[in-house]
Amino acid sequence: MGPATAVLERFTLPNGLRVVLAPDRSAPVVGVAVVYDVGMRSEPKGRTGFAHLFEHLMFQGSENLEKLAHFRHVQGSGGTLNGSTHLDYTDYYEMLPSNALERALFLEADRMRGPRLTEENLRNQVDVVKEEIRINVLNRPYGGFPWLKLPPILFDTFANAHDGYGSFEDLESATVSDAEEFFARYYAASNAVLSVAGDFEVDRAAKLVERHFGDVAARPAPTRPDFAEPDLPGERRHSYADRLAPLPAFAAAWRVPDPISEFAAYLPYVVLAEVLTDGDASRLVRRLVLTDRSVTSVGGYVSLMGDAFDVRDPTALLLQAHLPPGGVVDQVLTAMTEECDRVAQDGLEDGELARTVARMSTHLLRDTDTVLNRALQHAVHEQQRGRPTLPHELPGLLAEVTEDQVRAAAATLAPSRRAVVEVVPGGGGA
Amino acid sequence: MTTMVGPRELPELEANRELVVPPSVERTLGNGLTVIVIERRSVPLVEVRLRVPFGRARLDPPFVARAALLSQTVFSGTASMSTVDIAAALQSVGGALFATADADRLLISGNGLASGLGRILEVLSDVLQGATYPAEEVATERARLLDRLQVAQSQPAHLVRVALLRRMYGEHPYAVQTPAMRDVSGLDRTDLAEMHAARLRPQGAALVLVGDIDAEAALDRAESVLGSWQGQAAAEEVPPVPPLSVGPIVLVDRPTSVQSSVRLALPAVGRTHPDHAALQLANLVFGGYFSSRWVGNIREDKGYTYSPHSVVEHSLAGSSVILSADVATAVTAAALLETWYELGRIATTAPAEDEVQQARQYALGSLLLGMSTQAGLAGLASTYVGYGLRLDFLAEHAARLASATRDEVAAAAATYLAPAKAATVILGDAGLIEPSVAALSTVERQPTTENSGA
Repeated sequence: MGPATAVLERFTLPNGLRVVLAPDRSAPVVGVAVVYDVGMRSEPKGRTGFAHLFEHLMFQGSENLEKLAHFRHVQGSGGTLNGSTHLDYTDYYEMLPSNALERALFLEADRMRGPRLTEENLRNQVDVVKEEIRINVLNRPYGGFPWLKLPPILFDTFANAHDGYGSFEDLESATVSDAEEFFARYYAASNAVLSVAGDFEVDRAAKLVERHFGDVAARPAPTRPDFAEPDLPGERRHSYADRLAPLPAFAAAWRVPDPISEFAAYLPYVVLAEVLTDGDASRLVRRLVLTDRSVTSVGGYVSLMGDAFDVRDPTALLLQAHLPPGGVVDQVLTAMTEECDRVAQDGLEDGELARTVARMSTHLLRDTDTVLNRALQHAVHEQQRGRPTLPHELPGLLAEVTEDQVRAAAATLAPSRRAVVEVVPGGGGA
Repeated sequence: MTTMVGPRELPELEANRELVVPPSVERTLGNGLTVIVIERRSVPLVEVRLRVPFGRARLDPPFVARAALLSQTVFSGTASMSTVDIAAALQSVGGALFATADADRLLISGNGLASGLGRILEVLSDVLQGATYPAEEVATERARLLDRLQVAQSQPAHLVRVALLRRMYGEHPYAVQTPAMRDVSGLDRTDLAEMHAARLRPQGAALVLVGDIDAEAALDRAESVLGSWQGQAAAEEVPPVPPLSVGPIVLVDRPTSVQSSVRLALPAVGRTHPDHAALQLANLVFGGYFSSRWVGNIREDKGYTYSPHSVVEHSLAGSSVILSADVATAVTAAALLETWYELGRIATTAPAEDEVQQARQYALGSLLLGMSTQAGLAGLASTYVGYGLRLDFLAEHAARLASATRDEVAAAAATYLAPAKAATVILGDAGLIEPSVAALSTVERQPTTENSGA
């Protein structure tokens, strides 16, 4: 097998930082990722969008680095960098030529010790985040659909239902002391995983990790709350007007088993989403696009942000479609139900499961071809499952999913369990 | 939050890693198709890119519409296979292929399990030699394309791009790069079959394969499967792009827009031009990466925007520097003023040595990162071959980046980044932004239109 499947080295520093090292000498590049176990679900009430805003603040300088220095040192080493905020975690990462490995470790350790949280930087980044929300949500058609629009229909608790990008009111009222408390509570070394993949020698990388992260002060990791919610008692429907959207659209979602504790029961849903929507040979594309012509596009996946293997409970399988002008959502929903029933009752065609899983394997393998993705995946899987090797095991695990399991999963996608959100075009309607 | 150690020193970089361009093998088949194979055995996959020249000599919006619909229907059927059969055959080897058209080429891209390379090539060959454009599927895809074009009409990124291309290129073929709905609605299967026969031909096309494959065996396989693809393309040479004309700021009205989409175009040169490496470095210092002056100013200091960026864009017939920033409506003129300031500053005063060095290191590192994956190699090799270059040009380009002096970077900035040479388009709520933008320069107001114009 190729270097992407190399054996991993794992250890934990005395301050609680977990470390995963995955050497691969086949190209002179490294990926470095630090994943903190806090995401949008952990934001306090009145502070929607705070996890993401705080992610921005982690780039505004730290113990030994003035504002902009972090970017300058990574890019000035030939690297790229970013961070992203998810429902259950926040990641920070760099991909660099491997001669810059120690520098990247220094930079991540420095902000783990303490970002520079100032009023000026906070106000500046509130402005930047507002422009991010304008470009991605407010100034375009279908902005935030469905990832921001479904949760309030699908869930009841603030943690699961609220807008993770945040309201402008909440963002504007955020304070430096909020940020200090958030850092103290969630950004402990013991609440993080450091992951490095690529061109390095394990013993030397371990020494560098120890050198730079060893004296990050130990703090206790917070206890992660249980965000579980009961399944919906009945169907829920909601529609909203999108003044910029010219075509009707909807997304329907069904709760699925716990991605961590019920992993074996969860996997068939991930496969089912692809059976239904991956490519022109999938069930829903054939029925809705090619035969009925009732939708202009259809897609489906597990997890609200499409990251089926990076999410904890509760989550959902989503199916979404854009309709031609004048399209009728209920007719499409009925056809979707018929197709799910056909899978449940009649099973799959010859070769259908194998070809679906083959294409999923390609996607999974392709994701691991960059050292950066490998580092990120190892980190998240270490954090959420204590199983950093999962990305390399997934093709095999998916191949073990049986037709009966996919049929059983399809049988659960009943109208009575779904949450549906509809986009009404052009500012009319609800 | 700080520890007691006191200031810590930033670790030095180790010696720069050597840029090693992976070997590739190449064969030109009897039918004129160039095949290039690169072994990279990181994951058991293969990446496939087939690039076919699709340029045109004259501004031809109906061609753009046909090319767009052809890319959506080329996999819709052959004599022996339906859309679903084609998709299932590819999927069974973990594969998928899709086509896109731009102003210079039609590109068929895809990937799959390396063990399925033969099957992928067979399907590709069947489609290239026998796509039937079935009437039913063409009707379906035509309606879908029209739906997508309608959605694009409410996307600011699309609308401002359309206006910018028209402003930059006038009557040149590049002026229209997305189809007009009325040009799509009249198309039928005959139009697509004719275009396929005339343009989707092996002469001048290039197939790139990268992955966990044996290079010589892959060449042989490609030759045996695709050698029977025949035909001479009706090649059309794209004329050189006209020089950018300086004129009033084009203000495209998008009422109730909550941001203004600001775009500036500046002249540039192609990849092999002696100024190119210095221009790339100058653009980086100005606004080509996060650690640039422009991003530091309008995002990290003033908070006007989320994602400003400046890119050297290449097409076969010409190159440009394109600046993009979507800014809060209220600060539109202020953001434009700061943009001019940063352009003027770099065009008139030499950047500092450490700024040039940092940009150089970034550009060289980007080459290493770009070559570290199968998909990255496939994209680079396919793009380069379209310009008559091979991957080993990367080494030459790296040498030019490494040796470009501060004076050369300053000279490139003065030549290419001068604000006086910019063509500017702003899409936004004209009623709100025109008074302040007009305080800076002459403004020509336009309604939003579909790209084929009146």
